[in-house]
Amino acid sequence: MKKTALYQEHVKLGAKIVEFGGWLMPVFYTNVIDEHITTRTKAGLFDICHMGEIMIEGDDAFRLVQKLFTADISKLTKGGIVYCVMCNENGGAVDDLTVYCFDKNKYMLVVNAGTVDKDLEWVKKCSSGFDVAVTDKRKELAKLDLQGPNAEAILQKMTKANLNSLKRFGFIENEVNGVKAIISRTGYTAEDGFEIYFGVNKAVEIWNRLLTVGKESGIKPVGLGARDTLRLEACYSLYGHELDDSITPIEAGISFVVDNKDNFVGKEALIKQKMEGAKRLIMAFEMTDKAVPRNGYEIFKGNRKVGYVTSGTMSPTFKKGIGLGMVEKDNSKTGNEIEIKIRDKLYKAVIVKRPFYEYKGGNK
Amino acid sequence: MENPKNLKYSKEHEWIKVEGDIAVVGITDFAQKQLTDIVFVELPEEGKHVTQGKAMAVVESVKSVSDVFAPVSGEVVDINSELVDAPEILNKEPYGKGWIVKVKIENKSELNNLLSTEGYEKFLRETKH
Repeated sequence: MKKTALYQEHVKLGAKIVEFGGWLMPVFYTNVIDEHITTRTKAGLFDICHMGEIMIEGDDAFRLVQKLFTADISKLTKGGIVYCVMCNENGGAVDDLTVYCFDKNKYMLVVNAGTVDKDLEWVKKCSSGFDVAVTDKRKELAKLDLQGPNAEAILQKMTKANLNSLKRFGFIENEVNGVKAIISRTGYTAEDGFEIYFGVNKAVEIWNRLLTVGKESGIKPVGLGARDTLRLEACYSLYGHELDDSITPIEAGISFVVDNKDNFVGKEALIKQKMEGAKRLIMAFEMTDKAVPRNGYEIFKGNRKVGYVTSGTMSPTFKKGIGLGMVEKDNSKTGNEIEIKIRDKLYKAVIVKRPFYEYKGGNK
Repeated sequence: MENPKNLKYSKEHEWIKVEGDIAVVGITDFAQKQLTDIVFVELPEEGKHVTQGKAMAVVESVKSVSDVFAPVSGEVVDINSELVDAPEILNKEPYGKGWIVKVKIENKSELNNLLSTEGYEKFLRETKH
């Protein structure tokens, strides 16, 4: 089992540690609800060192990323970031990721922890004949996410970069606490905030400095438990749940990531599905009965199974059961009353518009 | 929080308070700490027969689903409906307002399978929780 550079800090903070994607990670320090609310109202600091970073550099870098990803990378300029999906030929998701543009010859991919090896293999396979170098940076780079309405005020105390002028989905290279870093205004919580990348040997130092500097702004370390409830309220996909090798981004309800551009892997299947409409879709639902939906529970309409829950929780913000589920197209309309099978009993739920929680950061 | 002296305990972290032939049942302070933020409780129906060591209720935190096991066999004669709307009572007062069910004890000899306060605390130490 792998540990991030911050493992001992988590232990010192009394975190409950669980296995996630082959890593021993903190699921919470105090409890999930407290950490969730802290991120929504103040600031949360997340150890995301387990995620992978892959650099693509060379004369053909642009041509390769344009072929690999669903988003039109020609729209991406230096210092810009796009969230998109890397598909296989059938349109299934190899992974979902963010792409950072340094220039047309250099891109950084930020990918899921559990899929880095698969991603690298796929990228290398697709890059045959391209003049590029593909490098795995996961062991060199630490990644911390600082999220919440107080994130900017806290990080500004540790950098000379003008954070106020950094727009959402933009990044800059500067110093944090005197350490060379990439700072992006992105996140997985639907709050304003930053993802920060720097040399892994500085992870403990910067982690502790952020917690100290942010104390008066109410910062707390936040585990993967609240990371999951925060992203679920925002209806952000989680790979392995709403996306996998057999689920397309269209089915996942994120067709906005698929641009109609020249050839890219999976284009034929995706455009066809976009035109004809997917036969199944990931939809958001909330419980009308008191109950907590969970991953894998079956979804019923009448006495017939029409889908399954991909993610579910008790929402700390709305204090009711919420979830995402894969349902047949015919049963995916907003307002459709469905039932979730929980321990052999059926509980009422209704399909609602995505997301439960709108991005609160504004378009800084 | 101290584990009250007048209760008996199971290795599955339930407590039981014997009042005549009625057993009041709840989960221990250790259990609620392990679960952390309890957000949902599924209670058995009154009149249901429960069996010692078998699941009789469910408690859920944001991240987990856990069974509550019956520490004695018998008929459920009362349930704490307050927990349905305020499951967090289980975190705040596991030994008081957080009782879960009352069971009419079928066979008092089953009580011998349970631990004393000292026995339960020794069990917690030994299992290095």
